[in-house]
Amino acid sequence: MPLLQISEPGKSAVPHQHNLAAGIDLGTTNSLVASIRSGIAETLPDIEGHHLLPSIVHYTERASTQVRSYDDDERANTQVRPYDDEIIVGNAAKSFANQDPLNTIASVKRLLGRGLKDLKTLGTRLPYEFVENEGQGMPMIRTVAGLKSPVQVSADILKVLKKRAEKTLGGELTGVVITVPAYFDDAQRQATKDAATLADLNVLRLLNEPTAAAVAYGLDKGAEGIHAIYDLGGGTFDISILRLYHGVFEVMATAGDSALGGDDIDRVIAQWIMQQAHIANDAEHHQIRELLDVARTAKETLSTQNTAPLNIKLDDGIQWQGKLTHSQFNELIDPLIQKTISPCRRALRDARLTVADINEVVMVGGATRMPRVREKIGEFFQRPPHIDIDPDKVVAIGAAIQADILAGNKPDDDMLLLDVIPLSLGIETMGGLVEKIIPRNTTIPVAKAQEFTTFKDGQTAMAIHVVQGERELVLDCRSLARFELRGIPPMVAASARIRVTFQVDADGLLSVFATEETTGVHSEITVKPSYGLQDTDIERMLKDSLEHVQEDVATRTLREQQVEADRVINALRAALKADGHHLLKHHEFLEISAALDELLRVKQGNHVQTIKKAIEHLDEITQSYAQRRMDTAIHHAMTGHKVDEFTQEN
Amino acid sequence: MNYFEVFDLPVSFDIDTDTIAERYRDLQRVVHPDKYVNAPDRERRLAMEKATQVNEAFQTLKNPLSRGLYLLQLQGIETHDNHTAMDSEFLMQQMEYREELAEIKQQSHPFDALNAFLNRIEREQKQLNDTLSQQFAQNDYLSAHDNLRKCQFLVRLHEEALSLEEELNNC
Repeated sequence: MPLLQISEPGKSAVPHQHNLAAGIDLGTTNSLVASIRSGIAETLPDIEGHHLLPSIVHYTERASTQVRSYDDDERANTQVRPYDDEIIVGNAAKSFANQDPLNTIASVKRLLGRGLKDLKTLGTRLPYEFVENEGQGMPMIRTVAGLKSPVQVSADILKVLKKRAEKTLGGELTGVVITVPAYFDDAQRQATKDAATLADLNVLRLLNEPTAAAVAYGLDKGAEGIHAIYDLGGGTFDISILRLYHGVFEVMATAGDSALGGDDIDRVIAQWIMQQAHIANDAEHHQIRELLDVARTAKETLSTQNTAPLNIKLDDGIQWQGKLTHSQFNELIDPLIQKTISPCRRALRDARLTVADINEVVMVGGATRMPRVREKIGEFFQRPPHIDIDPDKVVAIGAAIQADILAGNKPDDDMLLLDVIPLSLGIETMGGLVEKIIPRNTTIPVAKAQEFTTFKDGQTAMAIHVVQGERELVLDCRSLARFELRGIPPMVAASARIRVTFQVDADGLLSVFATEETTGVHSEITVKPSYGLQDTDIERMLKDSLEHVQEDVATRTLREQQVEADRVINALRAALKADGHHLLKHHEFLEISAALDELLRVKQGNHVQTIKKAIEHLDEITQSYAQRRMDTAIHHAMTGHKVDEFTQEN
Repeated sequence: MNYFEVFDLPVSFDIDTDTIAERYRDLQRVVHPDKYVNAPDRERRLAMEKATQVNEAFQTLKNPLSRGLYLLQLQGIETHDNHTAMDSEFLMQQMEYREELAEIKQQSHPFDALNAFLNRIEREQKQLNDTLSQQFAQNDYLSAHDNLRKCQFLVRLHEEALSLEEELNNC
């Protein structure tokens, strides 16, 4: 067989190429970025040496889309530069929280993927002005820099982390893994992904925070067995039960509360102070902020001391002084800790396990620094929890490990994460009831098909409402999407058979397809996220932000197409090298090689459509090759087994 | 390819859970979308389809009720029937269970009572599985079908008990 020249001159072979990748923990209180450097996963600091970026964004009157933080060293050098044309993120923004609370957004993660109605149930008033976005459920925050959606605020945080990583690593990131609470629903996940798109990040995977922690912890310890990951962050609580076995992290069950965290503890203390100091419930925004700060400091003090002093400046200028003792503190927070126990119990039940089956308990999230939390959770699981990896950094570190593998830097690594869908997916049926389609804790990716029929003669459209949650009534569940199936051929009532497939991908994101079975008509579906951004919104916002940084949109599209071409080329080259001669007939090999050469050629040019066509052509002719490769891999996986078993028996 | 063939296992109600779990992991290692993040779109879609199928097969076989129903389907037996002619003794007992469940809330130690209740259901499920294993071994699909219906009752009861647990947790 003749040897075909398929490699581009001057380029090294694919496996040696190192792709820059990072793990991002987009937290309620703090965010972090981590990467693998010289084989070690570590979080990346800003120029002042801070690893944690407070998730706080301050908007100024003439804010452009230029995002600033202590990650910019020019700021350090040019001393007094006014902030007035900037969006300020992190520690620099923190100082504005008390002076200018309405334009300083903290804990935005709690607002992601939520409707205005949900926000009202989030506890004490949030110190922002919300504006209902007409036609859409997504609330906007009014700032001096205009209306900001929680997605945009999150994107501004992500931009700073992106910049930090690219500066530290010395190049453009090929992709990132962003962590989300395991208990995040579809809307919250989608919103996180949208924020990443806005920040111009390529998301390799949305990874559940407890799974990320397990990766960091498990790989560090080489641990095997069943682990409970207790993750109490600033605003979210998750409990995950995982089985670690030969590099496979299998989530057995997950439960939690996506609106419960350290912030609530601050709030409970703040409310207690308000009672003690006789501060009225309708206190000003800045006063609430100050109270929350005092509460947080007291909470932190009580981790090491027996009492915490309290000093509050009241509105009438009088200084109020008090103290919070350990036992008062415990009394205040015990009910909140108790609220985390029932999800723990439920996760165990769902995994069909008891406390006795758990080998290790791992603590994650800043709020688990509180000794009372460790004590109570240790009591419940009947063993002392592990606290040896910094609970603030462990999630980002795990994400970085996964990002490195997904970016293709460790082709031989056999680590695999098998995650689950945290909340049942269902659809609305007659009478406002929910019919469950995919039960919670089903391993993803998963697909379920459901058949529907028409109700009236000649009916050509049908509305479907997708919800997420465990309750029986639609009203008690989260509304995810409403869509209409159109183009159903007119038939007698109940004779159309519409098959709707709900697919949840490995990121935990839902997509829906439908076909009318008797005629084979493919119905067009547009899934309208109830509290999300529309694709067109994202496109518009991206365009806006691009215009600001004066990057040409056409250049960007071309660049994207070239990146896609490179991906196809690299993947195909690696495949051909591995098994091309083996799995392809001679003429097939020639045909594919020719198309590959063609793509290499047109990629150098600047014609977007031509590159696109060449990619599509290559994709088309490699279809059966891809199938053969997959089948061979499956065959190897199964026969490899038999060999093992045989050798063991002998 | 039927679900047993996916894991290269003989078609049987009795499966070795460790073996199937191991093969499941080995299959996911080669088909999971994470292994195709940098692959062209078509391969990524293919990986998602395969991983979905492997998950579906594993879910179905892992759980005794769905495994039993799947075995009947392989025999061409319709399992979505609304045939409810259950033996009266079983139905009586189900009614008693339900009454008991309804009264748990009023008990002085509802959690303990619920736990005992759940344990009892789980024990009964286990017994039913043993019977099913024998019936499938003897190709007695008719009796197996009856017992699978009983299984469904127990599963539903179990779920209700769990939602009661959540209700108790939340108040």
